[in-house]
Amino acid sequence: MTTTARRRRAATSRAGAPVGFVLLAALAVGFLAIPLIGLLGRTPWGTLGAELATPRVLLALRLSLICSLGAVAVSVLLGVPLAFLLARVAFPGRNIVRALTTLPMVLPPVVGGVALLLAFGRRGLVGQWLDRAFGITLPFTTAGAILAEAFVAMPFLVITVEAGLRAMDRRFEDAAATLGAGRWLTFRRVTLPLIAPSLGAGIALCWARALGEFGATITFAGNLPGVTQTMPLAVYIALETDLEAAIALSLVLLVISLALLIALRDRWFPTA
Amino acid sequence: MSLAAELGLTLGELELEVELAVGTGELVVLLGPNGAGKTTLLRALAGLVPLRQGRVVLDGVVLDDVAAGEHVPTEQRPVGFVFQDYLLFPHLTALENVAFGLRARGLAKTEARHRAAAWLERVGLAAHTRSRPRALSGGQAQRVALARAMVSDPRLLLLDEPLAALDAATRTEVRRDLRRHLASFDGTRLLVTHDPLEAIALADRLVVLEAGHLTQTGTPAEVSAQPRSRYVAELVGVNLYRGLADGRSVRLPDGGAVVAADLNYGEVFAAIHPHAVALHRQPPEGTPRNVWSGTADTLEVIGDRVRIRVTGLVPIVAEVTPAAASELHLGDGGPVWATVKATEVTVYPA
Repeated sequence: MTTTARRRRAATSRAGAPVGFVLLAALAVGFLAIPLIGLLGRTPWGTLGAELATPRVLLALRLSLICSLGAVAVSVLLGVPLAFLLARVAFPGRNIVRALTTLPMVLPPVVGGVALLLAFGRRGLVGQWLDRAFGITLPFTTAGAILAEAFVAMPFLVITVEAGLRAMDRRFEDAAATLGAGRWLTFRRVTLPLIAPSLGAGIALCWARALGEFGATITFAGNLPGVTQTMPLAVYIALETDLEAAIALSLVLLVISLALLIALRDRWFPTA
Repeated sequence: MSLAAELGLTLGELELEVELAVGTGELVVLLGPNGAGKTTLLRALAGLVPLRQGRVVLDGVVLDDVAAGEHVPTEQRPVGFVFQDYLLFPHLTALENVAFGLRARGLAKTEARHRAAAWLERVGLAAHTRSRPRALSGGQAQRVALARAMVSDPRLLLLDEPLAALDAATRTEVRRDLRRHLASFDGTRLLVTHDPLEAIALADRLVVLEAGHLTQTGTPAEVSAQPRSRYVAELVGVNLYRGLADGRSVRLPDGGAVVAADLNYGEVFAAIHPHAVALHRQPPEGTPRNVWSGTADTLEVIGDRVRIRVTGLVPIVAEVTPAAASELHLGDGGPVWATVKATEVTVYPA
């Protein structure tokens, strides 16, 4: 064997992977892909339009849109200022607040639902006061479903926007200040446009999470068709009564997820 | 009316202690090595960095007075700032960038755009009003930044390395334009650079900042004639020694001595131009007043001259012709003797 050939073989073997890894990795890909193929295989393509047009499915679709967009609105309104404070103001206990903010990402959603019930339920910490003072009840209402989705989805927006604010060149804000812009004007006209990609990604992630929310919603808001029965809940119920409707709804959620993935691909998978 | 600043601040490793006065209509260039605190000083004057102590007064208006607890926030200071890399807002057009300050200060939209357009025309960018910063060349971006800083008639114009981001070819041209625009500005001007050429080309007065402290101030001619620090001496290319004069002799702290033609007493600087230094391979005969032995160290070709660094008790840089350098085999290193006539030594008080 010549020296070059030996060297080349050494180079390829170092760049390659243990044989076992290739096998296990192929298994992993199959494990992730086969269920999706199964879903596509069982999809009643001929009657898909009719399935999606049934009143029950349309109701769930409409409600899911309202709730998820409502949750995004709540998350943006509260989450952007929170992200700003976390990124820019060194207040005492900042790390604790950040941990608290991200907790719903790892918390089992059903636990979130129970916690929401204890806080905003009729006899809850805040709930009883809301009920007495304003006559507002949240559990088992659409507003409650929005709340449950926002609870679970907001962290995705907060951490994405915070990362954007940290990555941004703050001297642009200095430049705005030297041009006579106060803090609010600077935020609106300089900071916000500069972090627009992060905000967009945060909104997309937040929306995707809200759209798929199941555990917290069913625990806190229940499963009332047209009121709190969003798509994931409808899928779960339909699975027992009407499999074709369940598959059709699942397909819609799958398509939305894929679309989001494609929209965010530059952010997550920069072409190497 | 003018700028009077006396301030101290700490920022990371940097300790800035500066007393600075700039007259109206005067263009002061702040020169110093990287990390000296030049940018920090400008940012402090703009109110972007908090002071630990001190006072900043512009045209009789107190902008900062730590002792009295006064601080005018950046957005309320009549200050224009040209940042080193311009920091044009990437999401706005050139016109919107220039109009930004006018809008922020409450001018109506049409009026702001009108004035911004007039300024862009003034800096020769009438054709680029709708361009985004990304589409502008370095020189164009610099002119937009200048227009943006000057459009709202600030009383103090701060420019941080306005030419550093440009390539050498465009720099000369942009510098000429900058000079013209700066000349048309009637407020107080302070420009920062680490490029001595730029400093000399633009400055009415030079202020040298090193490690957070001002080490020298004067006209470019004064500063280059009598450098007061190693940094300035190296910039203008002279050998600089500091020592104790007792008549014609200046005793250096490391034990050597420099002999001058005239009488001086006390702490002094002694400056020697490299071209006044002669080098020999043998101990020289005759009567030059200064003879130092040493070792030929690094060799550098500058134009049609060769610079040799000689290490020894009195380290010195000599400048000789290439012919002399090759005749003496200076490239080989080895022992040399450097001689300087007493009349070639400039001595001035430290």
